Amino acid sequence: MLETLQQPWPWYVAGPLIGLVVPALLLLVGKAFGVSTSFRDICAAVTPGRFEYLNYDWRSGWWRLAFALGIVVGGALAVTALGSANAVVDISEATRADLAGLGITDRTGLFPEELLSWRALGSIGGFVTIVLGGFLVGFGARWAGGCTSGHAIMGLVTRQLPSLLAVLGFFAGGLISTFIILPALLGGGR
Amino acid sequence: MNDTNAPSLRRTIVRSLAVGIVFGIVLVKSEAVSWFRIQEMFRFQGFHMFGLLGSAIATGMLSIAVMRRFGLGGLGGDVQVGKKESRGLNRHYWMGGTVFGLGWGLLGACPGPIYAMIGTGASVFLVALASALVGVWTYAALRPRLPHF
Repeated sequence: MLETLQQPWPWYVAGPLIGLVVPALLLLVGKAFGVSTSFRDICAAVTPGRFEYLNYDWRSGWWRLAFALGIVVGGALAVTALGSANAVVDISEATRADLAGLGITDRTGLFPEELLSWRALGSIGGFVTIVLGGFLVGFGARWAGGCTSGHAIMGLVTRQLPSLLAVLGFFAGGLISTFIILPALLGGGR
Repeated sequence: MNDTNAPSLRRTIVRSLAVGIVFGIVLVKSEAVSWFRIQEMFRFQGFHMFGLLGSAIATGMLSIAVMRRFGLGGLGGDVQVGKKESRGLNRHYWMGGTVFGLGWGLLGACPGPIYAMIGTGASVFLVALASALVGVWTYAALRPRLPHF
């Protein structure tokens, strides 16, 4: 049993479990699923009163901060009790070939060390991936009023047009990063 | 704060924490946190992420339908949950979404996975989290000048 759980979980097991977070939060906490609002709560707690957007009682977001902390703890349990962080992710042959073409050949772990490590932070590619990538995720999620959980899952579950527009934007941006920005960043170094 | 409110807040926090732990485990075990999986998704070269998101949405829809049918969680009749305002061109949804997608494509992690990756011990994601917070703060500063509806 434990050995099975320590393997990567197939999408048809993990997907429904992610879907069940929607009723779990509604029934247990009485709240709509969404992660990125917790970023807003943290900003409001740290720099209060400066801007209208952050001028609210962030304590109303206690449940979101607890939920976020839970995700951190869950991540830790997933790579200790339930497996390791060093397993190779079994992506498709086509993606392996494309990434090799960009110079990413070491696929140990959940992400490439060439881009996402303290060492990489000093290179242009690593800095853009980590710092600019993180910045755009935060800025974009709040401008769009939600991220993958709030729009792609909660918003589509409740069949809302704004969320469909946001998800189309997610893919438009992701395609630009994948096919234009990353090759420009990584291609030049080869 | 009086005594009747205090346990309720504590209960809310414990429950949110518990659901978060399960969600964090699933995010990592499903490899949704993996930069490699996100690349596979944006290159349309594998079904994994689409199956994951698709089955999550289907399960969520079914859950909401059942909750409505039995009036659970205050979802009687046509109560709308997590309602997003829709009017005009809804510019902030697709413009903000595109900015978010640019970041997701680079970092390979959206907000949930950023938290989960920190938990896995990938400490460089603390930098990504700090950058995301600076991003939110910058949005707060520029918000009056950005197009919304």
